[in-house]
Amino acid sequence: MSSREKTAFVGLTVFLAVFPWVSALSRSFSHYVDVMIFAGIFSLVTIGLSLLMGFAGQISLAQAAFFGIGAYGSGILTGHFHWNPWAAMLAGVCVAAAVAWVVGVPALRLKGHYLAMATLGFGVIVHIVMNEEVDWTGGPSGLGGIPGIRLAGRKISGDAAWFYLVWAFVLAAFLFSRHVLHSRVGRALRAIHDDEKAAEAMGVPVSSLKVQVFVYSAVLAAVAGSLYAHYVSFLSPGSFDLMWSIRFVLMVVFGGMQSLWGALVGTVLLTFVGNEWLQVFADFEILVYGGILLVMALFVPQGLVVWMDAFFRRRSRLQPTPSDGGS
Amino acid sequence: MGDRAVPDASPVLEFHDVRMHFGGVTALKGVSSRIPKGIIQSVIGPNGAGKTTLLNCISGLLTPSSGSVVFRGEAVQGKPPHEIARRGLSRTFQHVALFPRMSVWENVMVGRHARTRAGFWAAGFRLPFMRAEERRIREDAERWLEFVGLHPEKDLPAGALPLGKQKILEIARALATDPVLILLDEPAGGLNTRETEELGDLLKKIQAKGVTVVLVEHDMNLVMDISDRVLVLHFGQVLACGSPSEIKDNPEVIQAYLGEDWAEAGGGLTGNSLSGDREDTPC
Amino acid sequence: MADIFHGAAWLQYALGGLTIGAIYALVALGYNIIYNVTEIINFAQGEFVMLGGLFGVFYYQTCGLPLGPALLAAVATVALVGLLLERYVIRRARHATVLSMIIVTIAFSILLKGGAMLAWGKDPYRLPPFSRSGAFLWHGVAVQPQALWVLGIGAVVVGALTVFFRTSFYGKAMLACADNADAARLTGIPVRTMVLLSFGLSAAVGAVAGVSICPITLMEYDRGALLGLKGFGAAVLGGLGQFYGALVAGIVLGLAESFCAGYVSSGYKDAVALVLLMLALFFKPEGLFGSKEAAGLKRF
Repeated sequence: MSSREKTAFVGLTVFLAVFPWVSALSRSFSHYVDVMIFAGIFSLVTIGLSLLMGFAGQISLAQAAFFGIGAYGSGILTGHFHWNPWAAMLAGVCVAAAVAWVVGVPALRLKGHYLAMATLGFGVIVHIVMNEEVDWTGGPSGLGGIPGIRLAGRKISGDAAWFYLVWAFVLAAFLFSRHVLHSRVGRALRAIHDDEKAAEAMGVPVSSLKVQVFVYSAVLAAVAGSLYAHYVSFLSPGSFDLMWSIRFVLMVVFGGMQSLWGALVGTVLLTFVGNEWLQVFADFEILVYGGILLVMALFVPQGLVVWMDAFFRRRSRLQPTPSDGGS
Repeated sequence: MGDRAVPDASPVLEFHDVRMHFGGVTALKGVSSRIPKGIIQSVIGPNGAGKTTLLNCISGLLTPSSGSVVFRGEAVQGKPPHEIARRGLSRTFQHVALFPRMSVWENVMVGRHARTRAGFWAAGFRLPFMRAEERRIREDAERWLEFVGLHPEKDLPAGALPLGKQKILEIARALATDPVLILLDEPAGGLNTRETEELGDLLKKIQAKGVTVVLVEHDMNLVMDISDRVLVLHFGQVLACGSPSEIKDNPEVIQAYLGEDWAEAGGGLTGNSLSGDREDTPC
Repeated sequence: MADIFHGAAWLQYALGGLTIGAIYALVALGYNIIYNVTEIINFAQGEFVMLGGLFGVFYYQTCGLPLGPALLAAVATVALVGLLLERYVIRRARHATVLSMIIVTIAFSILLKGGAMLAWGKDPYRLPPFSRSGAFLWHGVAVQPQALWVLGIGAVVVGALTVFFRTSFYGKAMLACADNADAARLTGIPVRTMVLLSFGLSAAVGAVAGVSICPITLMEYDRGALLGLKGFGAAVLGGLGQFYGALVAGIVLGLAESFCAGYVSSGYKDAVALVLLMLALFFKPEGLFGSKEAAGLKRF
């Protein structure tokens, strides 16, 4: 890591460590822990999506489906079959990975619009299945009674415990992804994004790598879904529809596709916007999201983090320096 | 390595009766050749003769409609490009195809992909073998940058280099795959005279490392200067094949490609014309 | 009566499938028009259908226009939305990557959806059928005249568009833009105008689909995405850019969906078209009627 990034990472860890304590000080802030738990869960999804979209350059409008597979996997296995939640999480992740592989192998041969439509179609199909398989999923009326999670013999209860559990997952996923990006694999992904043909000619197995990163993004989404299932203990198909897939894309685009930090920042900010401020204008939610997405894609395509970074660098460069010839 | 490789008779690359149709258009009408190990083989021909199509058929970007491509004794037609690259065949592109947003150094590091193996897990957990491998990738890439003389620019984004250096970087990236044979598609295109001379020296240095060079090029000075053999393509067919001096004297080639003016000038484009002592292998 | 009805069930399903299939074909035509000129896939295409239906309701019920003028006004309004999309959004993103272009049209589609929800709320709306006569019985099948309207309109639009693109000056000029925009510009074709027109025309065709189907299936703010996706399925299955292919593929999808609803499960009827879409994308992305080589030359 560069020293700047190291500082940021340490800063993030400290911030997360004290967050539940600080927000507990004031009653009006205390529910922010709950919002941050959701932000953490969504961050797991968007970290994976950022690898897929920002680095490998492949779009997926099916992340909500993998999120849902993880969630319903956990919900059904623990609820109907009384599995241990961790085993259920593992099973859900395996199912999501297998599905992502089966869909990804043919889908990722497609490019651009076709890939977007294929993932969109897949996402909608999964959503239909959630609605229709009433015996398993409870259908539109939902699936309740999902037990909590135990860790080291103790039940995770209370917002603070959940907060630490979820964000531990996020930090682990963040570090893992960051290491991948700064390796041979990450370079190959960026190479695919820049010039697929050249990457292939240099010995990069383009299709296989694309499928790998798609499966990885599905795995992270499924882990997130499983945590979500145990945290809220009630699932309904509405949490996994197309709009959610678009929200995840928006979170990544908002923060900045080409940086994992962008995914984190975008997700946390938009989760707060969605959970906090848009509750008042629930009907405006779609409009606000559409507007943000349009403005970002048209005017700030590099995303908030890169844009702010460039902004502050420009500011600091504007400080007069003797060697600067002006202009 | 080091000393100049003597062309030997066993071909490193053979293609036999390669044909390529695009819809109604036939770009290659049965091209055959055997390329011995260690030589610099040029492929020339007017625009639209099928040179780039031939390179694409060899490197796997295209699957020939019929015919065979045999690289190091194995038929490779129809195999994906990354597998062919892994077998030791690398290439550059006519229109520079770098990874413009990655640094010069990283571009060459991507060239090491086929020779290294750390995957998702090894990278994500930073396993010790992966870290050692990563170090080696960086060192190898630096060595290749030094070899082509781009080391000072290693941290610049590749897209920020001037065209001449981008072309050289493409060669460095191709070399980083440890190729047995390297296909160069018009590497001198857009270079000035001095850059072209330097390119010629670089190609000789590459040959001296034992790498077979297949060069598609329009710059006749360069071609006649450094090639051991020249293959002339015309309308998707082999018009002639032989040493540069043979090609220069071949009336058909002069007629079809080099033009009358060139013949009248006595083929004098290359002052230091090639000596006839090279062993000419039949095509 | 029940027996007769039962015996003719398949015919009833077939008629329903034909009707909805014609709608999918119209949506597919909308994709094809824009694709033929710009090679862009417009993710907001389904929203044009939704808007067509809802604006039809607006002009007819809220403004009290007679049905004919109300429908025309609805189509014109949606065409205007299409023009605005091109002029103020797509044109700005012209040099963006494919990924950004996808995100831009998705963003626009959810803006339209959100706007429709604010304007019309979440209730479904109905338009009256285009002709007053009631349903009649034909071979034991209850036929709604509106279904015949939908089929007729579908056929007319396909025919008109084919003639337009094959023979008219504007049509040919629009196609030239997709083949090679620079060359088209050099020959004096105003490429920007052609692209603008294609969005207007495509939105209008979408709106025609919306007003035609509204009397049968009703229309509400969130119908766009699914209609758009199924229409895209028809476009791909028929070979992107092919008008007759879209018509045939749309009807195939409609029939598949209708028979699935009738004989298998009504809940999964929406999935049928999507599964077919995915199979087409995975195994025959050039479509049933497109040529593989032509598809290979496209930018996807």
